[in-house]
Amino acid sequence: MGVLQAAWLIARKDLTVELRSRELIYTAVFFALSCLLVFAFAFVGERTVVENAPAGILWVTTIFAASLALGRTFERERQADTLRALLLAPIERPSIYLGKLLSLLILLFGIQVVVVPLVGLLFGAPIFRAPLLLGGLLLLGTVGFAAVGTLFAAMLQRASSRDVLLPVVLYPVTLPAILGGMQGTLWVLAAEPNYELARTWLAMLVFFDAVFLTLALWTFAPVTSE
Amino acid sequence: MKDMSGSDRVPTILLSVAGLMLAASPWVIDTAPYEATMGLVQRIFYYHFPIAMTMMVAAIVCGIASAIYVFRRTERADHVAVAAAEMASLFGLLVLITGPLWARKSWGVWWVWDARITSTFIMWMVFNAYLLLRRFGGPGSEVLSAAVGFFGMVLVPFIYWSVNLWRTLHPNTTVVPTLPVSMGIPLYYCWIAFTLLFVGLMVLRARLERSRVLVERAWRAVEE
Repeated sequence: MGVLQAAWLIARKDLTVELRSRELIYTAVFFALSCLLVFAFAFVGERTVVENAPAGILWVTTIFAASLALGRTFERERQADTLRALLLAPIERPSIYLGKLLSLLILLFGIQVVVVPLVGLLFGAPIFRAPLLLGGLLLLGTVGFAAVGTLFAAMLQRASSRDVLLPVVLYPVTLPAILGGMQGTLWVLAAEPNYELARTWLAMLVFFDAVFLTLALWTFAPVTSE
Repeated sequence: MKDMSGSDRVPTILLSVAGLMLAASPWVIDTAPYEATMGLVQRIFYYHFPIAMTMMVAAIVCGIASAIYVFRRTERADHVAVAAAEMASLFGLLVLITGPLWARKSWGVWWVWDARITSTFIMWMVFNAYLLLRRFGGPGSEVLSAAVGFFGMVLVPFIYWSVNLWRTLHPNTTVVPTLPVSMGIPLYYCWIAFTLLFVGLMVLRARLERSRVLVERAWRAVEE
């Protein structure tokens, strides 16, 4: 079986499990909504939103919801005691990583489909100004964050107090991707948009994603072996 | 345990020399010319810069040792990595204390979100994450923290690059080679002192870690 084919099988398994319970998508989306609510008290002044706040609101909400989802995807395998079975399966280790990453990304895009329009609606962000650029920034930023996130979540499965440690470890390391996504989005949504800068950040994100993915694929096998 | 007698003196000598050099450093720094615009507070630079460089070296040592541990599982590399991570955390804390003291006087603010300061802060966070993971991760967390150390080191240039694109204000790196000799001598003097301190502490800490592992192993053997 090819690496990509096995990865797709794992992703499809995860998505089927998720579709049956809808646990992650419901909880993560509701958590994102709570975040938006909290941000409203911080960034909404006299009926208007603080300048440039929507990009930050969008990304912080996404990252918080993503951390929640990240912890759960592997927690599920641990609870059912299927992680060992998965690791023992006669497939290449990178395909497990890729499958997990793929299912997680599909889930995160599902959350963003709800969060992005809400940021536009509740905070008056012009999300349709440059839809392709914004979509690209969201996609690439999320891929960068999730690429490292999947690796660390897999690693931390065997660690105690993993729920606390995952964000502690993940945020500083994935900062280039978060920074790129946030800054690019900021320039798209700003009162005076600067598409030139947004495109520069998009290009940086392509580069970061390539580095993150390569490093994660490289280290996944050694850190998950006993 | 076998090599204790001979190499035992190495960290003692290193730390003694570093201690003496640092104790004498105020007099050496005093020989440097008085910086006209910043005055007395500029002298913190003779500590700030060498400490920052030592932190960088500690981060690189931790990254390389972690990579070796992740891919080869050499125990000695893990002991070096944990020692270096603690050094990176310690020297990083010193950088983040001396920096604001200087900034308050010369820029008028305690903290500025400029490229180098922000990347130093992020790097310090990465190595603190390494230590937290190791301390609270439970059994087997050595490999996990090693992956963080490896990632941290590889990402240093990318973190710097991305933050640099975000903003820039810090004095340029080229300041060191162009310093007048009278300022250069105390700077290199302090740099050597801090490097000796770093190496001495590293050797001690790595040895302590090795002993800790041996004791733990012996204890487990007794229990079984």
